[in-house]
Amino acid sequence: MEVRVQNIRKEFSRFPALEDVSLNIGSGELIALLGPSGSGKTTLLRLVAGLESPTEGTIFFGDQDASKKSVQERNIGFVFQHYALFRHMTVLDNVSFGLKVRPASRRPPAAEIRRRALDLLDLVQLSGLEKRYPAQLSGGQRQRVALARAMAVEPNVLLLDEPFGALDAQVRKELRKWLREIHDRTGHTTIFVTHDQEEALELADRVVVMSKGAIEQVGTPDEIYDHPVSPFVYGFIGQSNCLNVTLASGEIWFEDRPIGLRAANEPDGAATLYFRPHDVELIDGCGGCLAGLVTASRRVAGTRHLELDLGRGHPAIEIELPPERAASADHTRIAFRPTRWKLFRKAERPQAPSQSVDTQAHELVRVGA
Amino acid sequence: MSLDTGSASAALVRAATSETRLARSILIVVALGFVVLFLLLPLATVFIEALRKGPAEFVAALGDPETLSAILLTLTVAGIAVPLNLVFGVAAAWAIAKFEFKGKAFLTTLIDLPFSVSPVISGLVFVLLFGANSALGPILQSYGIKILFAVPGLVLATVFVTFPFVARELIPLMQEQGTSDEEAALSLGATGWQTFWHVTLPNIKWGLLYGVLLCNARAMGEFGAVSVVSGHIRGQTNTMPLQVEILYNEYNFVAAFAVAALLALLALLTLVLKTALELRYSDEIAASRRH
Repeated sequence: MEVRVQNIRKEFSRFPALEDVSLNIGSGELIALLGPSGSGKTTLLRLVAGLESPTEGTIFFGDQDASKKSVQERNIGFVFQHYALFRHMTVLDNVSFGLKVRPASRRPPAAEIRRRALDLLDLVQLSGLEKRYPAQLSGGQRQRVALARAMAVEPNVLLLDEPFGALDAQVRKELRKWLREIHDRTGHTTIFVTHDQEEALELADRVVVMSKGAIEQVGTPDEIYDHPVSPFVYGFIGQSNCLNVTLASGEIWFEDRPIGLRAANEPDGAATLYFRPHDVELIDGCGGCLAGLVTASRRVAGTRHLELDLGRGHPAIEIELPPERAASADHTRIAFRPTRWKLFRKAERPQAPSQSVDTQAHELVRVGA
Repeated sequence: MSLDTGSASAALVRAATSETRLARSILIVVALGFVVLFLLLPLATVFIEALRKGPAEFVAALGDPETLSAILLTLTVAGIAVPLNLVFGVAAAWAIAKFEFKGKAFLTTLIDLPFSVSPVISGLVFVLLFGANSALGPILQSYGIKILFAVPGLVLATVFVTFPFVARELIPLMQEQGTSDEEAALSLGATGWQTFWHVTLPNIKWGLLYGVLLCNARAMGEFGAVSVVSGHIRGQTNTMPLQVEILYNEYNFVAAFAVAALLALLALLTLVLKTALELRYSDEIAASRRH
């Protein structure tokens, strides 16, 4: 089902957690809400679920205004960060819970409930474990029970709060792939929250990058990585370098010389240059380039990472090169130029007041289970 | 090599319990001595004194009509006070642990009040509130409602004194469990009542049981507050602890200790019940804590 979030604002005891957030989610999409702690991503998820109510704004499920509805009426499937499985119920009872608590008029017969729960356990590859209790399962298995339980009610939208946060790296990768398969098979509109960019970029159809209670950028993983629209996204997604530069008549200057990059149609003045470590080319003989002393060199699998000192208190720059190109680069001076880069003007984006978003404490409180 | 690791681990074992055999023996003797002196001896005395003149006297003492009425009254008062505090305790713990509201800290403190107030004062409060010289007294009298020196007064005083037991037991437990189980149930479409019945209550049942057992033990054993509001009318408003006092003051030691033994038995029964339940459901308890 289509989900539309319109101008949502949410305050927790007068502290804004979300400011004027709008987001359209297509039917059947797999959406990641990505951001650091306190960016408001979990709050947004809980607002869609109906576990919180917005201070202002509306949430539509299809054409219906869902923001007036209670969490029960919204018919969503929510997977909690720590699963929140009912510990005194077997796996089967956990999965059938949502169907069993329905009023008699809408409740399927007991045999049907059992069959559907077993089907779902089959789907999440837990057949044969239906008589176990949650405490007898591994983390990954609990996660899958939680997902089966959420899907049992045939939800309008599936919401997952840090679904893989509590699992170790190996299991996390497996489940990630598996979740994608489940999604492709069942076609539920799915929103999941994560602070792990790799997870978001690998899994989602579209990624919503959030910071300080606002949406920074919405786009496909490619768009987000290749065309970040703000310094925050540039810095948060993947590796990036930033340099303070100046613009003068369409040329970019670093310190006292042009670096061979043109930015036509940009007014003169100070700016920040962003580029990724792998988007650079080495240059012989510097006629307009960046140059720095190699202070550290690390070989990481198929690439060599070089740390460069550009002098005068500038932050160290990291670049990545094919190993053969930088074999003997230690303690030498090398010249390079970004091949793909972006300029952001100073004070382009007004900083939100520092107190504006701090849902961290709020999130911590909920971790209890 | 293997010898080395062997001696190293032996050294570690020794480090873990480095006390000498003598020190350990002394510690054990001291601990046991305390248990015997302060727990076992007094308890044994009660039973020995009760049976001093043989089991026939013991049974006869308990068969006394006034004593029987005291036993019945104690059971009645506990039977009313414990369920009341069960409902209140669950409601208060639920509100405090699962919701944010103004005055929460104040309510939490207030719940502890009966623990910090002397039981005599707890009784006196009701005398001042409902006594003949109080504002309410004449009104109640005109309608023929008797609260003081009657069962309602005893129940009120007992409820007041045993007020915190269930809530105190549940609040930390429910706070630790957080709200995500309840949120999960709600998100799956369960109503508030279904959520409470199928999710919250099973999660807290062991804490609740423990709280109720403690509450019951105290309700049956309470002396101070009950003594103030009871009026000590023989065969009518004397509970078991009060009956023990009266009999003792009359030098009727066998009867006094017989009733005391019965009270002690009730307490022991409570403990046995709790332990038995814990043994019977130990797997489940462990599972619910591990998760």
